[in-house]
Amino acid sequence: MRALERVEGRDKVTGRARYAYEYPVEGAVYASAVQATVGRGTIAAVDAEAALAIPGVLAVVSCENAPRLRQAADAELAVFQSREVSYRGQLVAAVVAETLDTARDAARFVRIEYAPAAEGPDVRLHPGHPGIYKPDKVNPTFPADSVKGDPEEALPASAVQVEATYTTPAEHNNAMEPHATLAVWEEDGGLTLYDSNQGSSTVRDTLAEIFGLEPERVRVVSPHVGGGFGSKGTPRPNVVLAAMAAGVVGRPVKFAFTRQQMFSATGYRPPSIQRVRLGADGTGRLTTVVHEALSQTSMIREFVEQTATPTRMMYQAPNRRTAHRVTRLNVPTPSWMRAPGETPGMYALESAMDELAYAAGIDPVELRIRNEPETDPESGLPFSSRNLVACLREGAERFGWGDRDPRPAVRREGRKLYGTGVASSTYPAYRSPNQAYVRADADGRFTVRIAAADIGTGARTTLTLIAAETLKVEPERVAVELGDSSLPRASLAGGSSGTAGWGSAVVRACEALLPKLDAGLPAEATADTTDEVKAQEKYARHAYGAQFAEVEVDVDTGEVRVPRMLGVFAAGRIINPTTARSQFIGGMTMGLGMALMEQTVMDEEFGDYLNHDLAQYHVPACADVRDIEAFWVDERDAHLNPMGSKGIGEIGIVGAAAAVANAVHHATGLRVRDLPITPAKILTGM
Amino acid sequence: MRPFVYERAGTADDALALHDGDARYLGGGTNLVDLMRLGVELPGRLVDVAHLPLDRIETGGDGGLVIGATVRNSDLAADPSVRASHPVLAEAVLAGASGQIRNLATVGGNLLQRTRCPYFQNAGKPCNKRAPGSGCPAYEGEHHNLAILGHSTACVATHPSDMAVALAALDARVRVRRRSGGERPVPLGDFYRLPGDDPSRDTTLEPGDLVTAVEVPPVGMPSRYRKVRERASFAFALVSVAAALDVADGEVRDCRIALGGVAHMPWRARRAEEVLRGLPANEESYIRAAEAELELAEPLRDNAYKVPLATNLIARTLSELGSGERAGGDGRAPGPSDGGLS
Repeated sequence: MRALERVEGRDKVTGRARYAYEYPVEGAVYASAVQATVGRGTIAAVDAEAALAIPGVLAVVSCENAPRLRQAADAELAVFQSREVSYRGQLVAAVVAETLDTARDAARFVRIEYAPAAEGPDVRLHPGHPGIYKPDKVNPTFPADSVKGDPEEALPASAVQVEATYTTPAEHNNAMEPHATLAVWEEDGGLTLYDSNQGSSTVRDTLAEIFGLEPERVRVVSPHVGGGFGSKGTPRPNVVLAAMAAGVVGRPVKFAFTRQQMFSATGYRPPSIQRVRLGADGTGRLTTVVHEALSQTSMIREFVEQTATPTRMMYQAPNRRTAHRVTRLNVPTPSWMRAPGETPGMYALESAMDELAYAAGIDPVELRIRNEPETDPESGLPFSSRNLVACLREGAERFGWGDRDPRPAVRREGRKLYGTGVASSTYPAYRSPNQAYVRADADGRFTVRIAAADIGTGARTTLTLIAAETLKVEPERVAVELGDSSLPRASLAGGSSGTAGWGSAVVRACEALLPKLDAGLPAEATADTTDEVKAQEKYARHAYGAQFAEVEVDVDTGEVRVPRMLGVFAAGRIINPTTARSQFIGGMTMGLGMALMEQTVMDEEFGDYLNHDLAQYHVPACADVRDIEAFWVDERDAHLNPMGSKGIGEIGIVGAAAAVANAVHHATGLRVRDLPITPAKILTGM
Repeated sequence: MRPFVYERAGTADDALALHDGDARYLGGGTNLVDLMRLGVELPGRLVDVAHLPLDRIETGGDGGLVIGATVRNSDLAADPSVRASHPVLAEAVLAGASGQIRNLATVGGNLLQRTRCPYFQNAGKPCNKRAPGSGCPAYEGEHHNLAILGHSTACVATHPSDMAVALAALDARVRVRRRSGGERPVPLGDFYRLPGDDPSRDTTLEPGDLVTAVEVPPVGMPSRYRKVRERASFAFALVSVAAALDVADGEVRDCRIALGGVAHMPWRARRAEEVLRGLPANEESYIRAAEAELELAEPLRDNAYKVPLATNLIARTLSELGSGERAGGDGRAPGPSDGGLS
């Protein structure tokens, strides 16, 4: 298939592409949120008088006067429904005013009196926390624990053993566009939401439920979304707040979280404490894998990161145990952030594999190849395709791994140490049911409609190519309409499942259209893949990859730079090389950030995330990303979907942090098992 | 954001007259406007001084510079005479912020930017600098990137400017128009202050005083700026050093050393300078000098790493100056389009 530049690229770079907050709806007014300034307590009283006295202020909404909402599954969406404060930064009131400046200024004058809890907020995740429990399931529906064989018996008997604890900090998604909504109550009682999200059908259904409306009375418009990385996968309080405020003042309301508010209101990757134990025989064949993960959730909703789940299928081992534990703290509810589970879990597992390679005296690439399973170790199912070994071999070849001297801390030029590292990556290949519509017009053009979301991934472009290929026409003749809940129902852009799910429905609709074309134009067709997805054969479906990194460590300052990153991925058929490359290197860049700089620091005294802006929460700058390359192996897999594709939005981040951390060890001899690897940790360790 | 009155001053006299005590002077706005949005700064009036006719860089016959207060950071860093005569200054400016911010930011504003201590920037939390008497949560709390030198229990903030560190090493003087009348140059060391028990004041300026220029004497020896941070650009210094070194006959004849990211003000390392003058120009001397300075350090619970970091950085930078090694991690001189790589 040919490579296609982003079809809406021109609109985006010329500013024509319109985002949620930018719709010029007449009479729109502005909301600003007030957040709790205690980490644990009860709202005793809300004094809105001073705020209401400011000219231009239309309303102050809080627990004292908010309209009652139907209960939502996600308690974070019960905006202003309770007097309880379970974490600092929780939304407690909103000011609606004629201008944004007035709303923000007036928010300072809303006086909220709290009855603080007897004890301060409980915000520190640590292995001795008394509230630690075993959840019934981990995100989304995996069992908390798994066991095979007898790991406790097998581990001490193994010739080579590794045991280590790895920790990762809280990290925030930080999409460029904040979570924003423009809510309009129509004269007929319907609700229109211009909203930044990863799935307009999902937002429609949730909001309809909360406001007690029929789903068809709610329309969610989201043609362009400035990133989400999971944080917009489910509706956030911004949608509810905007819709509620619009109802209260009887005017359309615009609301966007500030960057600072995003650090408590829109989800994050929870910190993790992971203990990994590996046992192997003298040839490096794993006998035992044990991966135990601890994370946190909030007081109001259980979200458990599925950190140890990739360990259930990554390598062969007769004895295996994985376990997840969690504790409730006075913190915001964590949520999805690019490859939840795989990202922190593979950092730990792939770091431990590197430690095992040293302990066993085996090359880290070879060690992974020796532990390739024939079938999914947990389910026993065949893999639909699995090309980890091909990725490792091709990556090693391209990266120049073959000449590598395994000894740590021996490559020094001037005041710099150099090292290289490798790690595997993986991500499941999911597919959800979807619906699509396609129409052929007499002018030779085709229109595809599906409520898919393009959050900057290139989905619109990829679906254009998929439709054009099925219809056997040039992509220029195909227009894809998406990002609108009035279009045929679609799954959300999450779990790297978008292209597989949406693409299947688009292919089926186009296939249904083809025989109708001779009978006269216009012609149209629809498809629903519910039955097809339900009927699919049982296979273990995963994408794989190999990540290689070179680091340069300054011996005087502890600064770590990454002159080179190279990833090779096996993700089925790559539909659009142009946007696929962006996804892979984007993920790898995010993994570089995770390795070296990203962390949100909990203020243990006051109970909120302290470094809540982009000046303090560091993501990689252009200068950090030097030579970065992504390749893919030609993978044909007939057990996936009509395109033969696996998702590529998340796998790029998986393993990237481990590759960098392993390279830091190779450069310095120092194992930093606590991300991010900062100059302070290098200097203290060396 | 509190509503405010905006006034644009045409001359320095206008600016002084327009300042009513509840006002702030507005330069590029890259820090002040952020702080207003955060509710940290709540001025009733902004007096825009970015358009005052103070946007010239004058080169004196002696090799010194007079840099107008409204010169944009980008223009200062790109100025050929500055780059030739005072490379440490050009390098320091380029090491700060991003290209876009440097295009807006003024010299006066750069000097007067506020600490990036996270507690200071959060109007909902105590901070003696923002709300005198409310306490310093950073002292026991999150202070990885805060002060190791000259701090007090009242305040452990650091000064964020890179440019000011170079100016401290260069013995610069800040020209100040006093609201009470007259203009006089203030040595940088007297312009800034340590927190003591009144961290609310970053400088010795009185309300309404206006910075009009910075005088930089000739330096007469090779100089450079080196900044350490966990990402390669667009981050404040963990530690930075501005240094100049004059070596004759294998001996250190003169030197200047200032540190950034370690104190409430750019930290002139006079003790290291005293130790180093007259010593052989070698690594051992540089380390000895650096260690002498860092003996003064009183690190907090979580920022002791800054002691070896600052020690290493001083020694390394002097070593590079002594051996004539050129700046930049990749051996090239930084240029205006460099993006602050160091």
